[in-house]
Amino acid sequence: MDPSAYVILSAVLFSLGGLGVLLRRNAIVVFMSVELMLNAANLAFVSFARMHGNLDGQVIAFFVMIVAAAEVVVGLAIIMTIFRTRRSVSVDEPHLLRN
Amino acid sequence: MTIPSLAAPLSEGSEGAVEPITATVTAADAGGYFPLMWLLIALPVIGAVVLLIGGRRTNRWGHLLATVLPIGSFVVACLLLVQMMGAPVDERLVTLHLWDWTFAGMFEAPFALRLDQLSMVFVMLITGVGSLIHVYSIGYMAHDPDRRKFFAYLNLFVAAMLLLVLADNYLLLYVGWEGVGLASYLLIGFWQQRDTAAVAAKKAFVMNRVGDVGLSVAIMLMFITFGSVTFDQVFEAAPQAGDTALTLIGLTLLLAAVGKSAQFPLQAWLLDAMEGPTPVSALIHAATMVTAGVYLIVRSNAIFDLSTTAVTFVLAVGIVTMLAGAVIACAKDDIKKSLAGSTMSQIGYMFVAAGLGPAGYVFAIFHLLMHGMFKADLFLSAGSVIHGMKDEQDMRFYGALRKVMIVTMVAFFAGFLGISGIPPFDSFFSKDEIIKAAMGTNIFAGIAALAAAGITAFYMTRMLAMTFFGEKRWKEGTEPHESPAVMTVPMLLLSVGALFGGVFFLYVADIEVWLEPITGYQPTEPAIPEPWLGILTLVIVAVGILLAWRQYAMRTVPQQPPQQVSVLTVAARNSLYDDAFNEAVFMRPGQYLTRWLVWFDNRAVDGAVRGLASKIDGFGEGLRKIQNGFARSYALSMVGGAVLVGAVFVVARWF
Amino acid sequence: MTPVVMAAAETAAATGSTGEQVTFWICGTLAVVGALGLILSRKTVHSALFVALTMINLAVLFVTNGAPFLGLVQVIVYTGAVMMLFLFVLMLVGVDTSDSLVETLKGQRIAALLLILGFGLMLVLVLGSALNGITAVGVAGADEAAGGNVEGLARLMFTTYLLPLEVVASLLITAALGALVLAHRERWAPRQDQAQMLKQRMARYKETGEHPGPLPNPGVLATSNAIGTPALLPDGSPTDLSIPAPLRGSVHSRIAGRPDEIEADVAEVAQIASGQETTRPEALGPVTGHEDPATEQADEQADQHADDQDGGKA
Repeated sequence: MDPSAYVILSAVLFSLGGLGVLLRRNAIVVFMSVELMLNAANLAFVSFARMHGNLDGQVIAFFVMIVAAAEVVVGLAIIMTIFRTRRSVSVDEPHLLRN
Repeated sequence: MTIPSLAAPLSEGSEGAVEPITATVTAADAGGYFPLMWLLIALPVIGAVVLLIGGRRTNRWGHLLATVLPIGSFVVACLLLVQMMGAPVDERLVTLHLWDWTFAGMFEAPFALRLDQLSMVFVMLITGVGSLIHVYSIGYMAHDPDRRKFFAYLNLFVAAMLLLVLADNYLLLYVGWEGVGLASYLLIGFWQQRDTAAVAAKKAFVMNRVGDVGLSVAIMLMFITFGSVTFDQVFEAAPQAGDTALTLIGLTLLLAAVGKSAQFPLQAWLLDAMEGPTPVSALIHAATMVTAGVYLIVRSNAIFDLSTTAVTFVLAVGIVTMLAGAVIACAKDDIKKSLAGSTMSQIGYMFVAAGLGPAGYVFAIFHLLMHGMFKADLFLSAGSVIHGMKDEQDMRFYGALRKVMIVTMVAFFAGFLGISGIPPFDSFFSKDEIIKAAMGTNIFAGIAALAAAGITAFYMTRMLAMTFFGEKRWKEGTEPHESPAVMTVPMLLLSVGALFGGVFFLYVADIEVWLEPITGYQPTEPAIPEPWLGILTLVIVAVGILLAWRQYAMRTVPQQPPQQVSVLTVAARNSLYDDAFNEAVFMRPGQYLTRWLVWFDNRAVDGAVRGLASKIDGFGEGLRKIQNGFARSYALSMVGGAVLVGAVFVVARWF
Repeated sequence: MTPVVMAAAETAAATGSTGEQVTFWICGTLAVVGALGLILSRKTVHSALFVALTMINLAVLFVTNGAPFLGLVQVIVYTGAVMMLFLFVLMLVGVDTSDSLVETLKGQRIAALLLILGFGLMLVLVLGSALNGITAVGVAGADEAAGGNVEGLARLMFTTYLLPLEVVASLLITAALGALVLAHRERWAPRQDQAQMLKQRMARYKETGEHPGPLPNPGVLATSNAIGTPALLPDGSPTDLSIPAPLRGSVHSRIAGRPDEIEADVAEVAQIASGQETTRPEALGPVTGHEDPATEQADEQADQHADDQDGGKA
């Protein structure tokens, strides 16, 4: 099996995740798209580890997962707080970044 | 212009020109009373400060303090005079360096006083006449609720005027110059509840500014030309300067003098300045401040001697104002305005004298001194009349006052004798000397001075006759009465000066010898032999007196001014249309210019600025669309950036 | 995961067998489908489920790539914990929420598609050409040297990558604390006991006339969704207070498909309750959900909210 197939798959998933970030307005969906991109990156790491024949890539992927978990915790807390005050989770909420 | 100078002994090896005296004596070296010179100015300053800051608490005794302090200055001045007279001629210029005042780079102007023969004359005049007028004001302003403020301003004026004449450099002189302008403004508008007074004060202030610009430009030119503004250095460097520079400095100084002394073409404010209380008119607008222009020109004689053009302009200004002022004085019915016209005319005499160069400087100052006394006397007498006539100033409602105001009449008559040129009183000497010098230097000036002497006699007789002779033309309810002693005594003291000052100063005090080291003196030979010229002058004066007496004392004076009169009379009644002229030539075009500028500013300047602003605004609006506040748009541009960077790498790798 | 499967995976990773190819194509396809589902589904919950699908498939691919430990972590941590966390938040925010898929930013969709397409193509082409012809070494050797995949990872983590591990650990702690702080709601006023609340309620009744008792029970009508139907007060007038606040408007709009029936029901009940034969008296006021002012207001607000979302630029 050609290892580049995994890498290309990860590129495709990464792009789709990016598309989700760009197109969806719901902050939670955007967040999930970001998670998807991280996962795609992890897949690439793992594939590279396999190509090189050492475990460093897998360790990096592991770290990415931890950081992603931390990010999810904080990010969701932020979303909750925003929802509490604005009753909305739309990233297009007018004037969120203006004024 | 080379002048054979009597100052030669002072500076050996001089080439004939008035050698500027640089060998000054410091006050410390001179000793005696000279180190106390600063008291002259400090005393009235104390008065002004105490009265202005003290406020209502000083109401009861403020005017007394304010009167005592100038008298104190007068005493100091007398002591200084005595000491100066005792000093040898070349040790009479004393300077007192008080502190370093302004310095920037090579520019420096110390706060230093300079007392010499010329300043001494002025100091005596200011403190002497000033003190008398302060005493007079105690009576004149007795019923005014703001008397304290009045006295504070008067003290301020005295201090500023003394600073003006005692300054050691032009910059310090400028401070005094502006100080007297301020005091004049405050005092003309003293009864500010009257619109006319407020407007007159503003007018005086604005017209004085025109002259003051001249002085400031002159100071700048001096600094550029000579690198200094102190009298010593400027006068010393003057002969080396170019003609153009000297002429420019001379003309700008003349502009300053013209503004302050109410000479043509900046004369219009003086008549309106009569809105101020009469003591103010006497002190500021007759005796002292308005003569500051003469002082400035005489003080700067080193510059005027070197510029024929500037001197000629001085002469021309003097002739025009001398005649115009006299004509105006003949037609005004308001006693103070008539006296103001006379003041213009007499200062015109001084300008004529100053315009004659070294032949006339001495007599300009001599006449100034005489004028200070007789005109102050006349104004105080007029004030006494106005005081007794319940503030009526129109002479057509006077008449026959000799019977009720005998002391005032005596004082006024003394002033009349002093100003008219009747021997052996003040003007007979001072004016005669000016006419003689003019005849010897410039025949036109001489003829004009002769004519003006006749007109002077005419209007003074008219005033005298309309006020004190003829029959009563009083308004109903007017009960004229003599003024209290606090007013009449100063009047009488001034009368003595008005009568005998001429004899004293010319023959006893030898004023031309006294002033000669400062101003230079060069006697001239008049075109008409001297005895004949004197007789001619007397004849002309006599004709003027007789004409006026026939017109105003022998015939009935109507209460309403006659309407069928010559064009000249109408013009004179309107002050020779100076206001109309100013309005047409300066005010209207100024207003049009302002309006146009406003329009231009609104349309062109603002238009350009606003256009640019709106363009920038539009550009910003365009940019703002990028910054729309949507996180996803920002994310999109990030992706765009990533694609771009990646593409650059790929392409770079490719080639 | 049994040792058998692991062994099979190991073998597949080493050889690149047909089995692995099959696995790749199935799981890869499913992963892409999940990703597309994430983007395209209208409901957030569906998106979350699609992401979970993608992640599970990715876990399988991790395993086939010789990373069984990561595959397990992916399933347990990501799919099991993180995604469930997402679902919890979704529950809190409202399962109901569905995105309008109408794009509000002008040109955003086209530009995003073009850019992402360009980005993806660039990645695929560059990676494809760069990795073309490279054969994988396989991690079997590395695993064997360490005595297993988990042991190998552990050895690396606690030796070479010890410092990053510590940093990441503190990051996790900080994140947990941060989440606590962010989610914490400060109590500004002292807690009220029941007696105080009763007093306040009575005070409000005195001042504003607010009804001090409990809210009326939901109205029960045979023909309609009970909880969304206004109850009738003893005097026969319907009251909006019986409808739970979140349902006011939204539920009505859902049952608004049959406004006539509801109106009829309500009118009938009202007549029966008031004991009158005539039709509903004027005094009762408007009864239908549509004409009720409060409901209408709620409707308007809902509409406005939708407008806000649709016309975000306005």
